[in-house]
Amino acid sequence: MAQALFNIFVFPGFLFVAAFGLTAEYIDRKLYALMQNRIGPPWFQPLADFIKLSAKEDVVPQHADKLVFKLMPIVAMTSILTAFIYIPMWGSNALFAFKGDLVVVMYLLTVPTLTYFLGGWYSRSVYSMIGAARSLTQLFAYEIPLFLSILAPAMLADTWSLSGISEYFSTHPWAILFNIVGFVIAIIALLGKLEKVPFDIPEAETEIVAGAFTEYSGRLLAMFRLAIDMELVVGASLLAAVFLPFGLHYGPAAGFALYLVKVLFIIGLISLARTIVARLRIDQMINFCWKVIAPLAFLQFLADLILKGVHN
Amino acid sequence: MPEREVKLTIGPQHPMLKEPESFLLTLRGEKITEMTVRLGYNHRGIEKACEQRTYIQDMYLVERVCGICSHSHSMCLAQTIEEIAGLQVPKRGLYIRTLVAELERIHSHLLWLGVAGHEIGFDTLLMYAWRDRELVMDILAIISGNRVNYGMNVIGGAKRDITPDQIPQILAAVDTLEERTKYYIHVGTEEITLRERLSGVGKLSKEDAIRLGAAGPTVRASGVDRDTRRDDPYGAYGELSFDVVTDNHCDVYGRTLVRLGELMQAYKLIRQILKNLPEGPIAIKAPRKIPAGQAIGRYEAPRGEDVHYVKANGTDKPERVKLRAPTLANVQAVAHMLKDGYLADTPIVIAAIDPCFSCTDRAIATTNLDNGRTDRMEWPALRTYGIDWYSKQGIDFAELNRKLRTMRESN
Repeated sequence: MAQALFNIFVFPGFLFVAAFGLTAEYIDRKLYALMQNRIGPPWFQPLADFIKLSAKEDVVPQHADKLVFKLMPIVAMTSILTAFIYIPMWGSNALFAFKGDLVVVMYLLTVPTLTYFLGGWYSRSVYSMIGAARSLTQLFAYEIPLFLSILAPAMLADTWSLSGISEYFSTHPWAILFNIVGFVIAIIALLGKLEKVPFDIPEAETEIVAGAFTEYSGRLLAMFRLAIDMELVVGASLLAAVFLPFGLHYGPAAGFALYLVKVLFIIGLISLARTIVARLRIDQMINFCWKVIAPLAFLQFLADLILKGVHN
Repeated sequence: MPEREVKLTIGPQHPMLKEPESFLLTLRGEKITEMTVRLGYNHRGIEKACEQRTYIQDMYLVERVCGICSHSHSMCLAQTIEEIAGLQVPKRGLYIRTLVAELERIHSHLLWLGVAGHEIGFDTLLMYAWRDRELVMDILAIISGNRVNYGMNVIGGAKRDITPDQIPQILAAVDTLEERTKYYIHVGTEEITLRERLSGVGKLSKEDAIRLGAAGPTVRASGVDRDTRRDDPYGAYGELSFDVVTDNHCDVYGRTLVRLGELMQAYKLIRQILKNLPEGPIAIKAPRKIPAGQAIGRYEAPRGEDVHYVKANGTDKPERVKLRAPTLANVQAVAHMLKDGYLADTPIVIAAIDPCFSCTDRAIATTNLDNGRTDRMEWPALRTYGIDWYSKQGIDFAELNRKLRTMRESN
């Protein structure tokens, strides 16, 4: 019991993911700043932001649905945390694993976007509602490519469990080279999921202020922002587990260090992507996802299918 | 988005806008069906204030019409007054004025480039452009002592001379800036997301540009070959060679290319000015009282043509001063450009005319939200309103003015 509570609240649960999320936000911001010729924030800035926001008043709009408005940040955070415990970190075994946990993780990672939508929609402000509608529109564009690109390696490994995928690829390291296209697609789709440039359309500052989060303030906003930071870490961990399963058999310490390096590498790629491109329009984003990314993901899937057929 | 109409107010306070101004958009999904611009949040009564001050004081006042093109307004007013008074400005004075004018164009266009990047979510461009803008700001500070309000114009010439040791510094900065601008041209034409976001957005055909009276880079990007610097030369432009940059894209992408092209022309102009800088006095003494008469001054500000009208009555104060900032000419075109456009394009389309609303506002319009009745506030009513508002806050200007007068008299 004590062990389970420690796992849920401290490591690798809430405290670890929160701390890692804030660190990831710092690294992302620092890299972004350095690539833009700026100095960037000090290391404690994300934490300071969190504390500052937590100390502020929560303002709930008069016409908002109060229950949904207050509940959504918590739902977002819990679903992300739940997803994390199924993702393997230092070994090929996650804390909890069962056959088919891949589908559960993907499902749990969809929930935060729904909470942004519901939170924004029930704020009853025009900016929030437009942002919420955009969140959902965007979800339909990136979700299919993301699923396809992650299911392709799963099919190659012949398992629906993340731990199983890690195990298979750590014993067949060269097989992962066939999934490089899938990795790129997954990074692009992850940018959409995390609502980062070029897919920060739902919270485009210069158009709709802060999108779905416009009416949020105080602790609720702090929670939402922490949830987004955690989503960054969990998303990057998922990609690391599926696409970069190297060096999982050197013991916990080296494995954990390697895990951090992999996640930071993916975060670095995300920072680079948002440095070098401009924000797309929602119609351009959907066209891009359906006409370029989704067909590529299908091809990746087909390639893995053929490879599997040849291999057997 | 459900297919019903949503009314979205942008401004007067909104992250998109750098100055308070209000845009009412009617949306169907992401598409804009109608747009209304409401000006008047920044009316400061500058024209009336000019009439109550002497010409010398007006030069200081007009310099503060705009925070970016401050030199444009003061140079335009100086030219207009000189025309009435029949003053011949010495050659060197004209060259120095033109030099500062072109440096100002560089800093304004680089500022615009950064803002445009920010409006389409490309903050890297903002950081780069504004970093390079510091170079030209430093040069302006070396020449005039100030980064923004240079105070380089007096009636009858320039106020400060260019010293020989400043010339290499300016040339070095211009060389660096030219290199960086070439890089931005490369980025602007090659970077896919940037081009996707800019091309085909905010279309303004050649006919519409002329019909709506657009000015500056906005009209030149619609293929209209119009530039006051060449069509009605002032300053030293008549003796310098430069090209008028036009573009036939008729969209925001074209406006970006025109501004980047004008940056390259500005570097060329600055090199010519410094090479051919004539010797001699920089200014002649102007009379305090300007003889009766009237004149219109035209000036190609970074944002478009700036027009000043001055009516003199033989005293040391003008009888009427009228300023028309370029944004007023362009703001009509914005409503046209945005019709049937996307909400996501609103920030960049508005930013693409490089608006400067505080320069533009000349009146305050009020709308009664209960019955939709609109009204206009004239200057005397506005003045009374201001005095009343402050006296309600416990600030009495009559008392303050009296104290100020006694202080001055005792000195």
